[in-house]
Amino acid sequence: MRAPPSDLPIVFDQVSLQAGEVAILRGVSMVLRPGAPTALIGPNGAGKTTLIRLAASLMVPTSGRVTWGGKPGTDGARFAVVFQRPVMLRRSAAANVAYALPRCPAGERRLRTNELLLQVGLAHLAQRPARRLSGGEQQRLALARALAREPEVLFLDEPTASLDPASTKTVEDVIRTAAASGTKIVIATQNLGQARRLAADVSFMLRGRVHEVGAAEQFFHAPQTAEAAAFLNGDLVV
Amino acid sequence: MPKTRVQNSMSAIDLLLGGDPALYAIVRLSLIVSLAATALAAIVALPFGAMLGLTRFPGRAGVIVVLNACMGLPPVVVGLAIYLLLSRSGPLGFLGILFTPQAMILAQALLVFPIIAALTRQTVEDVWSEYRDELMALRVAPFRRVATLLWDARFSLITALLAGFGRAAAEVGTVIIVGGNIDGFTRVMTTAIALETSKGDLPLALGLGLVLIGLIIMINALAWGVRRFGEARAG
Repeated sequence: MRAPPSDLPIVFDQVSLQAGEVAILRGVSMVLRPGAPTALIGPNGAGKTTLIRLAASLMVPTSGRVTWGGKPGTDGARFAVVFQRPVMLRRSAAANVAYALPRCPAGERRLRTNELLLQVGLAHLAQRPARRLSGGEQQRLALARALAREPEVLFLDEPTASLDPASTKTVEDVIRTAAASGTKIVIATQNLGQARRLAADVSFMLRGRVHEVGAAEQFFHAPQTAEAAAFLNGDLVV
Repeated sequence: MPKTRVQNSMSAIDLLLGGDPALYAIVRLSLIVSLAATALAAIVALPFGAMLGLTRFPGRAGVIVVLNACMGLPPVVVGLAIYLLLSRSGPLGFLGILFTPQAMILAQALLVFPIIAALTRQTVEDVWSEYRDELMALRVAPFRRVATLLWDARFSLITALLAGFGRAAAEVGTVIIVGGNIDGFTRVMTTAIALETSKGDLPLALGLGLVLIGLIIMINALAWGVRRFGEARAG
Protein backbone atom coordinates (compact mmCIF):
# COMPACT_ATOMS: atom_id res chain seq x y z
CA MET A 1 0.00 0.00 0.00
CA ARG A 2 1.43 3.37 -0.96
CA ALA A 3 1.07 6.62 0.93
CA PRO A 4 -1.34 9.17 -0.45
CA PRO A 5 0.40 11.33 -3.07
CA SER A 6 -0.22 14.37 -0.92
CA ASP A 7 2.78 13.44 1.32
CA LEU A 8 5.07 14.84 -1.36
CA PRO A 9 6.55 17.26 -2.18
CA ILE A 10 8.49 18.12 0.95
CA VAL A 11 9.03 21.85 0.90
CA PHE A 12 11.65 23.67 2.93
CA ASP A 13 10.65 27.30 3.11
CA GLN A 14 13.37 29.65 4.36
CA VAL A 15 14.39 27.12 7.01
CA SER A 16 17.07 28.24 9.46
CA LEU A 17 18.49 26.54 12.48
CA GLN A 18 20.58 28.31 15.06
CA ALA A 19 22.42 26.57 17.90
CA GLY A 20 23.53 29.32 20.24
CA GLU A 21 25.53 31.68 18.07
CA VAL A 22 26.23 29.08 15.40
CA ALA A 23 24.02 29.05 12.32
CA ILE A 24 23.64 25.43 11.23
CA LEU A 25 21.16 26.12 8.44
CA ARG A 26 20.67 29.53 6.85
CA GLY A 27 17.41 30.18 5.07
CA VAL A 28 17.25 26.93 3.14
CA SER A 29 14.52 26.73 0.54
CA MET A 30 14.22 23.60 -1.53
CA VAL A 31 11.67 21.09 -2.75
CA LEU A 32 11.92 17.31 -2.67
CA ARG A 33 9.59 15.96 -5.33
CA PRO A 34 8.42 12.44 -6.04
CA GLY A 35 10.59 10.48 -8.43
CA ALA A 36 14.17 9.33 -8.70
CA PRO A 37 16.61 9.57 -5.79
CA THR A 38 17.91 12.92 -4.60
CA ALA A 39 21.41 13.23 -3.18
CA LEU A 40 22.34 15.87 -0.64
CA ILE A 41 26.05 16.32 -1.07
CA GLY A 42 28.59 18.59 0.51
CA PRO A 43 31.47 18.53 2.96
CA ASN A 44 31.20 17.74 6.66
CA GLY A 45 29.22 20.35 8.54
CA ALA A 46 27.35 21.53 5.46
CA GLY A 47 23.99 20.81 7.10
CA LYS A 48 22.94 17.63 5.25
CA THR A 49 22.13 15.61 8.36
CA THR A 50 20.36 18.57 9.95
CA LEU A 51 18.20 18.95 6.87
CA ILE A 52 17.13 15.30 7.13
CA ARG A 53 16.45 15.64 10.86
CA LEU A 54 14.31 18.71 10.24
CA ALA A 55 12.37 16.96 7.49
CA ALA A 56 11.71 14.05 9.83
CA SER A 57 10.58 16.40 12.62
CA LEU A 58 13.44 15.26 14.84
CA MET A 59 14.34 18.92 15.19
CA VAL A 60 12.38 22.15 15.04
CA PRO A 61 13.69 24.97 12.86
CA THR A 62 14.50 28.29 14.48
CA SER A 63 12.66 29.98 11.62
CA GLY A 64 10.95 28.97 8.41
CA ARG A 65 8.91 25.81 7.96
CA VAL A 66 8.89 22.37 6.44
CA THR A 67 5.72 21.05 4.84
CA TRP A 68 4.77 17.60 3.62
CA GLY A 69 2.28 17.71 0.79
CA GLY A 70 1.34 21.21 1.85
CA LYS A 71 0.76 20.26 5.47
CA PRO A 72 3.06 21.32 8.30
CA GLY A 73 4.79 18.60 10.30
CA THR A 74 5.02 14.89 9.66
CA ASP A 75 1.71 13.69 11.10
CA GLY A 76 0.56 10.81 8.96
CA ALA A 77 3.56 11.13 6.64
CA ARG A 78 5.06 7.81 5.63
CA PHE A 79 8.79 8.08 5.91
CA ALA A 80 11.72 6.25 7.41
CA VAL A 81 15.26 7.24 8.27
CA VAL A 82 18.46 5.22 8.22
CA PHE A 83 21.05 6.99 10.32
CA GLN A 84 24.79 6.96 9.83
CA ARG A 85 25.13 5.03 13.09
CA PRO A 86 21.83 3.21 13.47
CA VAL A 87 20.77 2.07 16.93
CA MET A 88 20.18 -1.64 17.18
CA LEU A 89 17.56 -2.67 19.70
CA ARG A 90 18.79 -5.22 22.23
CA ARG A 91 17.18 -8.22 20.55
CA SER A 92 17.69 -10.46 17.55
CA ALA A 93 18.07 -9.18 13.98
CA ALA A 94 14.63 -10.56 13.10
CA ALA A 95 13.06 -8.93 16.16
CA ASN A 96 14.58 -5.59 15.15
CA VAL A 97 12.77 -5.77 11.80
CA ALA A 98 9.57 -7.12 13.36
CA TYR A 99 9.63 -4.16 15.78
CA ALA A 100 8.85 -1.86 12.86
CA LEU A 101 5.73 -3.89 12.05
CA PRO A 102 3.68 -3.50 15.24
CA ARG A 103 0.27 -3.60 13.59
CA CYS A 104 0.96 -6.63 11.41
CA PRO A 105 -0.69 -9.92 12.40
CA ALA A 106 1.93 -12.33 13.76
CA GLY A 107 2.05 -14.65 10.75
CA GLU A 108 2.27 -11.84 8.25
CA ARG A 109 4.88 -10.10 10.37
CA ARG A 110 7.07 -13.19 10.34
CA LEU A 111 6.78 -13.54 6.57
CA ARG A 112 7.50 -9.87 5.93
CA THR A 113 10.48 -9.95 8.32
CA ASN A 114 11.94 -12.95 6.53
CA GLU A 115 11.43 -11.26 3.13
CA LEU A 116 13.19 -8.11 4.26
CA LEU A 117 16.09 -9.97 5.83
CA LEU A 118 16.47 -11.94 2.63
CA GLN A 119 16.40 -8.73 0.62
CA VAL A 120 19.32 -7.26 2.60
CA GLY A 121 21.20 -10.56 2.70
CA LEU A 122 20.81 -11.21 6.41
CA ALA A 123 18.38 -14.14 6.43
CA HIS A 124 21.09 -16.45 7.76
CA LEU A 125 21.66 -14.12 10.72
CA ALA A 126 18.00 -13.68 11.66
CA GLN A 127 18.38 -15.01 15.19
CA ARG A 128 21.77 -13.39 15.91
CA PRO A 129 21.64 -10.57 18.49
CA ALA A 130 21.57 -7.37 16.42
CA ARG A 131 24.30 -5.75 18.48
CA ARG A 132 26.63 -8.61 17.65
CA LEU A 133 26.43 -7.93 13.93
CA SER A 134 29.24 -6.16 12.11
CA GLY A 135 28.89 -2.49 11.14
CA GLY A 136 27.92 -3.37 7.59
CA GLU A 137 25.39 -5.94 8.74
CA GLN A 138 23.88 -3.46 11.19
CA GLN A 139 23.52 -0.90 8.43
CA ARG A 140 21.74 -3.44 6.23
CA LEU A 141 19.53 -4.41 9.13
CA ALA A 142 18.65 -0.76 9.72
CA LEU A 143 17.73 -0.53 6.05
CA ALA A 144 15.48 -3.59 6.35
CA ARG A 145 13.85 -2.10 9.44
CA ALA A 146 13.25 1.17 7.63
CA LEU A 147 11.78 -0.58 4.59
CA ALA A 148 9.45 -2.56 6.86
CA ARG A 149 7.52 0.67 7.30
CA GLU A 150 6.90 0.78 3.53
CA PRO A 151 7.91 4.43 3.47
CA GLU A 152 6.98 6.79 0.73
CA VAL A 153 10.16 8.72 1.52
CA LEU A 154 13.34 7.03 2.73
CA PHE A 155 16.05 9.29 4.17
CA LEU A 156 19.52 7.82 4.26
CA ASP A 157 22.25 9.62 6.15
CA GLU A 158 25.67 8.48 4.93
CA PRO A 159 24.38 4.92 4.78
CA THR A 160 27.65 3.37 3.64
CA ALA A 161 30.16 5.70 5.29
CA SER A 162 32.06 2.96 7.08
CA LEU A 163 31.23 -0.06 4.96
CA ASP A 164 33.40 -2.30 2.84
CA PRO A 165 32.73 -2.38 -0.93
CA ALA A 166 30.72 -5.62 -0.79
CA SER A 167 28.39 -4.27 1.93
CA THR A 168 28.16 -0.96 0.07
CA LYS A 169 27.04 -2.78 -3.07
CA THR A 170 24.37 -4.72 -1.16
CA VAL A 171 23.05 -1.52 0.41
CA GLU A 172 23.03 0.31 -2.92
CA ASP A 173 21.22 -2.57 -4.62
CA VAL A 174 18.52 -2.46 -1.94
CA ILE A 175 18.25 1.31 -2.34
CA ARG A 176 17.85 0.93 -6.12
CA THR A 177 15.15 -1.70 -5.64
CA ALA A 178 13.28 0.55 -3.20
CA ALA A 179 13.57 3.50 -5.59
CA ALA A 180 12.34 1.37 -8.48
CA SER A 181 9.29 0.37 -6.44
CA GLY A 182 8.32 4.02 -6.01
CA THR A 183 9.97 5.02 -2.74
CA LYS A 184 11.47 8.50 -2.86
CA ILE A 185 15.09 8.20 -1.76
CA VAL A 186 16.85 11.17 -0.18
CA ILE A 187 20.46 10.31 0.51
CA ALA A 188 22.99 12.51 2.31
CA THR A 189 26.48 11.54 1.27
CA GLN A 190 30.00 12.81 0.83
CA ASN A 191 30.69 9.92 -1.45
CA LEU A 192 30.56 11.44 -4.93
CA GLY A 193 30.78 8.04 -6.59
CA GLN A 194 27.72 6.91 -4.68
CA ALA A 195 25.83 10.06 -5.59
CA ARG A 196 26.71 9.45 -9.26
CA ARG A 197 25.59 5.84 -9.06
CA LEU A 198 22.30 6.43 -7.28
CA ALA A 199 20.98 9.95 -7.66
CA ALA A 200 19.02 11.60 -10.41
CA ASP A 201 18.98 14.99 -8.66
CA VAL A 202 21.61 16.65 -6.54
CA SER A 203 21.47 19.41 -3.95
CA PHE A 204 24.91 20.72 -3.12
CA MET A 205 25.12 22.12 0.39
CA LEU A 206 27.80 24.27 1.94
CA ARG A 207 27.96 26.20 5.21
CA GLY A 208 24.27 25.66 5.98
CA ARG A 209 23.03 26.76 2.57
CA VAL A 210 21.90 24.99 -0.56
CA HIS A 211 24.36 26.28 -3.12
CA GLU A 212 23.25 24.43 -6.17
CA VAL A 213 20.35 22.20 -7.18
CA GLY A 214 20.07 20.31 -10.42
CA ALA A 215 20.04 17.09 -12.36
CA ALA A 216 22.89 14.83 -11.31
CA GLU A 217 24.38 14.50 -14.78
CA GLN A 218 24.48 18.24 -15.31
CA PHE A 219 25.84 18.88 -11.81
CA PHE A 220 28.69 16.43 -12.16
CA HIS A 221 29.65 17.56 -15.65
CA ALA A 222 29.02 21.28 -15.48
CA PRO A 223 28.58 22.62 -11.96
CA GLN A 224 27.19 26.13 -11.87
CA THR A 225 29.05 27.48 -8.84
CA ALA A 226 32.74 27.76 -8.12
CA GLU A 227 32.26 26.05 -4.75
CA ALA A 228 30.57 23.03 -6.32
CA ALA A 229 33.29 22.82 -8.95
CA ALA A 230 35.96 22.96 -6.24
CA PHE A 231 34.19 20.27 -4.21
CA LEU A 232 33.91 18.00 -7.23
CA ASN A 233 37.55 18.66 -7.95
CA GLY A 234 38.46 17.30 -4.53
CA ASP A 235 39.55 20.65 -3.15
CA LEU A 236 38.95 21.53 0.46
CA VAL A 237 35.90 23.78 0.50
CA VAL A 238 35.52 25.67 3.75
CA MET B 1 32.35 -16.43 81.99
CA PRO B 2 31.33 -14.58 78.77
CA LYS B 3 31.94 -16.38 75.43
CA THR B 4 34.72 -15.21 73.18
CA ARG B 5 34.02 -13.98 69.60
CA VAL B 6 35.37 -17.22 68.18
CA GLN B 7 33.04 -19.25 70.41
CA ASN B 8 30.09 -17.09 69.32
CA SER B 9 30.92 -17.62 65.66
CA MET B 10 31.21 -21.38 66.17
CA SER B 11 27.80 -21.43 67.89
CA ALA B 12 26.30 -19.50 64.98
CA ILE B 13 27.71 -22.01 62.50
CA ASP B 14 26.33 -24.87 64.64
CA LEU B 15 22.88 -23.31 64.47
CA LEU B 16 23.12 -22.95 60.73
CA LEU B 17 24.41 -26.43 60.05
CA GLY B 18 22.02 -27.95 62.56
CA GLY B 19 19.02 -26.60 60.60
CA ASP B 20 17.55 -24.78 63.58
CA PRO B 21 13.81 -24.40 62.74
CA ALA B 22 13.51 -21.00 64.45
CA LEU B 23 16.44 -19.68 62.47
CA TYR B 24 15.08 -21.01 59.18
CA ALA B 25 11.57 -19.65 59.83
CA ILE B 26 13.04 -16.23 60.34
CA VAL B 27 15.18 -16.51 57.22
CA ARG B 28 12.19 -17.67 55.15
CA LEU B 29 9.99 -14.79 56.31
CA SER B 30 12.77 -12.27 55.72
CA LEU B 31 13.21 -13.46 52.16
CA ILE B 32 9.48 -13.48 51.46
CA VAL B 33 8.96 -9.98 52.87
CA SER B 34 11.98 -8.41 51.17
CA LEU B 35 11.40 -10.05 47.78
CA ALA B 36 7.67 -9.26 47.83
CA ALA B 37 8.35 -5.65 48.82
CA THR B 38 10.92 -5.29 46.03
CA ALA B 39 8.54 -6.83 43.49
CA LEU B 40 5.64 -4.67 44.63
CA ALA B 41 7.74 -1.51 44.47
CA ALA B 42 9.20 -2.49 41.08
CA ILE B 43 5.76 -2.93 39.49
CA VAL B 44 5.06 0.74 40.10
CA ALA B 45 8.56 2.22 40.20
CA LEU B 46 9.84 0.87 36.86
CA PRO B 47 7.13 2.47 34.68
CA PHE B 48 7.02 5.55 36.90
CA GLY B 49 10.78 6.07 36.66
CA ALA B 50 10.70 5.44 32.90
CA MET B 51 7.86 7.92 32.36
CA LEU B 52 9.69 10.48 34.46
CA GLY B 53 12.81 9.92 32.36
CA LEU B 54 10.93 10.43 29.10
CA THR B 55 8.47 13.21 29.81
CA ARG B 56 9.01 16.91 30.25
CA PHE B 57 6.57 18.94 32.32
CA PRO B 58 6.67 21.98 34.58
CA GLY B 59 8.06 21.03 37.99
CA ARG B 60 9.82 17.91 36.69
CA ALA B 61 13.13 18.97 38.22
CA GLY B 62 11.41 19.33 41.59
CA VAL B 63 9.90 15.85 41.31
CA ILE B 64 13.33 14.40 40.51
CA VAL B 65 14.95 16.19 43.46
CA VAL B 66 12.24 14.95 45.83
CA LEU B 67 12.46 11.42 44.43
CA ASN B 68 16.24 11.37 44.81
CA ALA B 69 15.93 12.74 48.33
CA CYS B 70 13.43 10.00 49.18
CA MET B 71 16.14 7.41 48.56
CA GLY B 72 17.40 8.45 51.97
CA LEU B 73 14.02 8.36 53.72
CA PRO B 74 14.47 7.59 57.43
CA PRO B 75 12.95 4.10 57.86
CA VAL B 76 11.49 4.87 61.28
CA VAL B 77 9.60 7.84 59.84
CA VAL B 78 8.18 5.66 57.07
CA GLY B 79 7.35 3.04 59.68
CA LEU B 80 5.58 5.62 61.80
CA ALA B 81 3.59 6.92 58.81
CA ILE B 82 2.52 3.40 57.84
CA TYR B 83 1.72 2.64 61.46
CA LEU B 84 -0.59 5.68 61.62
CA LEU B 85 -2.20 4.72 58.32
CA LEU B 86 -2.83 1.12 59.33
CA SER B 87 -3.64 1.60 63.00
CA ARG B 88 -7.22 0.91 63.98
CA SER B 89 -8.16 4.63 63.92
CA GLY B 90 -6.14 5.33 60.76
CA PRO B 91 -7.56 5.72 57.24
CA LEU B 92 -6.48 2.19 56.28
CA GLY B 93 -7.26 0.66 59.67
CA PHE B 94 -10.16 -1.30 58.18
CA LEU B 95 -7.63 -3.50 56.39
CA GLY B 96 -6.57 -4.95 59.73
CA ILE B 97 -3.03 -5.72 58.60
CA LEU B 98 -0.99 -3.87 61.23
CA PHE B 99 1.55 -6.22 62.87
CA THR B 100 1.38 -8.65 59.95
CA PRO B 101 3.86 -9.52 57.23
CA GLN B 102 1.59 -7.67 54.75
CA ALA B 103 2.17 -4.41 56.63
CA MET B 104 5.91 -5.08 56.60
CA ILE B 105 5.81 -5.66 52.84
CA LEU B 106 3.89 -2.43 52.33
CA ALA B 107 6.29 -0.44 54.48
CA GLN B 108 9.38 -1.89 52.83
CA ALA B 109 7.88 -1.33 49.38
CA LEU B 110 7.48 2.35 50.24
CA LEU B 111 11.13 2.53 51.25
CA VAL B 112 12.29 0.70 48.14
CA PHE B 113 10.08 2.58 45.65
CA PRO B 114 12.18 5.78 45.44
CA ILE B 115 15.40 3.80 45.02
CA ILE B 116 14.10 1.78 42.08
CA ALA B 117 12.22 4.73 40.55
CA ALA B 118 15.17 7.13 40.77
CA LEU B 119 17.68 4.64 39.36
CA THR B 120 15.21 3.66 36.62
CA ARG B 121 14.71 7.30 35.71
CA GLN B 122 18.42 7.83 35.31
CA THR B 123 18.97 4.60 33.38
CA VAL B 124 16.05 5.18 31.01
CA GLU B 125 17.09 8.77 30.41
CA ASP B 126 20.57 7.58 29.41
CA VAL B 127 19.18 4.93 27.06
CA TRP B 128 16.67 7.42 25.65
CA SER B 129 19.46 9.80 24.63
CA GLU B 130 20.85 6.94 22.54
CA TYR B 131 17.49 5.69 21.18
CA ARG B 132 15.60 8.95 20.76
CA ASP B 133 16.15 9.59 17.06
CA GLU B 134 15.62 5.97 16.09
CA LEU B 135 12.37 5.56 18.02
CA MET B 136 11.06 8.95 16.92
CA ALA B 137 11.87 8.13 13.28
CA LEU B 138 10.11 4.79 13.69
CA ARG B 139 7.11 6.75 15.03
CA VAL B 140 6.92 4.61 18.14
CA ALA B 141 3.99 5.55 20.39
CA PRO B 142 4.86 6.91 23.87
CA PHE B 143 3.78 3.86 25.88
CA ARG B 144 5.64 1.55 23.52
CA ARG B 145 8.72 3.73 23.95
CA VAL B 146 8.55 3.16 27.71
CA ALA B 147 8.20 -0.58 27.24
CA THR B 148 11.03 -0.65 24.70
CA LEU B 149 13.42 1.33 26.88
CA LEU B 150 12.65 -0.74 29.98
CA TRP B 151 13.21 -3.93 28.01
CA ASP B 152 16.41 -2.76 26.37
CA ALA B 153 17.74 -1.44 29.69
CA ARG B 154 16.74 -4.62 31.49
CA PHE B 155 20.26 -5.67 32.39
CA SER B 156 21.11 -2.27 33.84
CA LEU B 157 17.83 -2.21 35.74
CA ILE B 158 18.81 -5.39 37.56
CA THR B 159 21.18 -3.15 39.52
CA ALA B 160 18.26 -0.92 40.51
CA LEU B 161 16.29 -3.94 41.69
CA LEU B 162 19.28 -5.23 43.65
CA ALA B 163 19.72 -1.86 45.32
CA GLY B 164 16.06 -1.97 46.29
CA PHE B 165 16.31 -5.50 47.59
CA GLY B 166 19.43 -4.61 49.56
CA ARG B 167 17.61 -1.77 51.24
CA ALA B 168 14.62 -4.00 52.04
CA ALA B 169 16.69 -6.88 53.36
CA ALA B 170 18.82 -4.68 55.58
CA GLU B 171 15.91 -2.65 56.96
CA VAL B 172 15.01 -2.86 60.64
CA GLY B 173 13.36 0.36 61.84
CA THR B 174 10.23 0.20 59.68
CA VAL B 175 9.47 -3.48 60.10
CA ILE B 176 9.88 -3.37 63.83
CA ILE B 177 7.28 -0.56 64.05
CA VAL B 178 4.68 -2.02 61.67
CA GLY B 179 5.49 -5.69 62.22
CA GLY B 180 6.00 -5.68 65.94
CA ASN B 181 8.73 -8.36 65.86
CA ILE B 182 6.27 -11.05 66.93
CA ASP B 183 8.01 -14.37 67.45
CA GLY B 184 7.07 -16.89 64.78
CA PHE B 185 4.87 -14.40 62.91
CA THR B 186 6.59 -11.13 61.99
CA ARG B 187 10.13 -11.70 63.22
CA VAL B 188 12.66 -11.25 60.43
CA MET B 189 16.43 -11.46 60.44
CA THR B 190 17.18 -7.82 61.14
CA THR B 191 14.65 -7.46 63.96
CA ALA B 192 15.76 -10.77 65.43
CA ILE B 193 19.40 -9.68 65.34
CA ALA B 194 18.49 -6.48 67.21
CA LEU B 195 16.42 -8.42 69.76
CA GLU B 196 18.89 -11.25 70.32
CA THR B 197 21.74 -8.80 70.70
CA SER B 198 19.82 -6.85 73.35
CA LYS B 199 19.05 -10.16 75.11
CA GLY B 200 22.68 -11.16 74.96
CA ASP B 201 22.07 -14.23 72.74
CA LEU B 202 24.96 -13.44 70.51
CA PRO B 203 25.24 -16.86 68.78
CA LEU B 204 21.76 -16.54 67.22
CA ALA B 205 22.34 -12.88 66.42
CA LEU B 206 25.63 -13.73 64.72
CA GLY B 207 24.12 -16.71 62.93
CA LEU B 208 21.37 -14.51 61.53
CA GLY B 209 23.89 -11.86 60.58
CA LEU B 210 25.95 -14.41 58.67
CA VAL B 211 22.89 -15.79 56.93
CA LEU B 212 21.71 -12.30 56.00
CA ILE B 213 25.05 -11.41 54.48
CA GLY B 214 25.25 -14.79 52.76
CA LEU B 215 21.78 -14.40 51.27
CA ILE B 216 22.51 -10.94 49.97
CA ILE B 217 25.73 -12.18 48.38
CA MET B 218 23.88 -15.17 46.87
CA ILE B 219 21.12 -13.05 45.39
CA ASN B 220 23.63 -10.58 43.98
CA ALA B 221 25.64 -13.44 42.50
CA LEU B 222 22.49 -14.90 40.98
CA ALA B 223 21.56 -11.52 39.49
CA TRP B 224 25.08 -11.09 38.14
CA GLY B 225 24.87 -14.51 36.52
CA VAL B 226 21.48 -13.74 35.00
CA ARG B 227 22.83 -10.46 33.67
CA ARG B 228 25.91 -12.05 32.12
CA PHE B 229 23.86 -14.85 30.60
CA GLY B 230 21.26 -12.43 29.26
CA GLU B 231 23.85 -10.07 27.83
CA ALA B 232 25.63 -12.95 26.14
CA ARG B 233 22.37 -14.03 24.51
CA ALA B 234 20.84 -10.64 23.67
CA GLY B 235 24.01 -8.71 22.85
